[in-house]
Amino acid sequence: MARAAIPRRLTWQLGRVVELIDETPRCKSVVVDLPEWQGHRAGQHVDVRLTAEDGYQAERSYSIASAPEDAHLVLTVERLDDGEVSPYLTDELRPDDELELRGPIGGYFVWERSLGGPLLMVAGGSGVVPFRSMLRHWAAGEHDTVPRLLYSSRTLPEVIYQEELTRFSADDGVDVRLALTREWPENWEGHRGRVDRGFLEEVAWAPAERPLVYICGPTSFVEAVAQTLVDIGHEPGRVKTERFGPTGT
Amino acid sequence: MSPISRGFGGRRRPVADPSRVPPGQYVTPDFPVLSAGPTPHTPLDEWSFTIHGAVEKPVSWPWDEFIALPSETVTVDIHCVTKWSKLDTSWKGVSVDTLLENVETEAEYVTAWSDGGYTTNLALEDVTGGRAWIAYEYGGEPLEPEHGGPARLVVPHLYFWKSAKWVRGLTLTPDDQPGFWENYGYHNHGDPWLEQRYQGD
Repeated sequence: MARAAIPRRLTWQLGRVVELIDETPRCKSVVVDLPEWQGHRAGQHVDVRLTAEDGYQAERSYSIASAPEDAHLVLTVERLDDGEVSPYLTDELRPDDELELRGPIGGYFVWERSLGGPLLMVAGGSGVVPFRSMLRHWAAGEHDTVPRLLYSSRTLPEVIYQEELTRFSADDGVDVRLALTREWPENWEGHRGRVDRGFLEEVAWAPAERPLVYICGPTSFVEAVAQTLVDIGHEPGRVKTERFGPTGT
Repeated sequence: MSPISRGFGGRRRPVADPSRVPPGQYVTPDFPVLSAGPTPHTPLDEWSFTIHGAVEKPVSWPWDEFIALPSETVTVDIHCVTKWSKLDTSWKGVSVDTLLENVETEAEYVTAWSDGGYTTNLALEDVTGGRAWIAYEYGGEPLEPEHGGPARLVVPHLYFWKSAKWVRGLTLTPDDQPGFWENYGYHNHGDPWLEQRYQGD
């Protein structure tokens, strides 16, 4: 593991909400204007801090959905019903509100052109967010490999960035494969059910091609996919994971 | 000074004893999992725990000998840099003091290293004096692989990335050498009460 450059101190910055975009019934993208933002790498995240009138504060981490090349920082937030910060961001926040955050954070679950490919991304639910940053970053530059995205969602309406993913597929040749685990349209041609070994063997490059694999999603999803890829013969050191959510155990 | 977030009141969950929750943390009954790669599954007959580096004589215990060492059961609060804290977690394992009992060293730092390539650095004084354990049971059950089993370091007074999962040994060093997350901008020490999350905090 190469030693990363010593990062500068992460100070809290004040951004202004430019726009809120409905992505799915449960997810919104928060577009933030951050005058002091020093840039990020695709796959990194930020900490958001909310402050109540009595000084009480709550902090949470969110993946960055925008590419380093984009004009504004974008966070895509899934509303967790019993959450404290996400319902505020999805229900209460309005354009022109101030939003305090700091970052970028993390440097391992990152893809940049120098890392090359083949690049395989495996998303479960809102785990697709950092992959939009990676796909935009990939599309913004010269490239000699075309990534593949395997995206597992409960239902089709819960698929985030549907239009954009369709464009990546149609215009840039990105191999986007959707797996729907709960319900699917009658004439659904994508994968039905969980991401299993057969589907991974079909979509992933062979281990001999040494793909660089990124997996992001709920813990159980990430555990299962990472283990299956290792069982198939992929090098554990080329499989990077990012997990969220409780395990219940 | 942070500006007030318009319309934010907070959904504070009642906590029995707020003095046990460090700044910026929330209490969860769950046990979230965070790891940078696939979960290693090392068979117990291939497992050993090693102390080496700047020591007179390296020492290593195979699994059977390791769990035969004097053990302690501790109930502690743990704090993850991703903001969750979990109170009253119960661990059984071997105190690092016990492992270092017969080790002669002038080192002041340790690097904990794990299956899968993970490392984290700590000052020797942060893992001695009854403050760190190599735990192999959680809540009275063998520690599950996704939570770091067969054995993980537990250093409850620091953010939990310092409590290396799948730990296989400690390398004693005269100098402080940043570990995996420390190289990616996380704080070198990681005291949750001082909110030392990232470098410069």
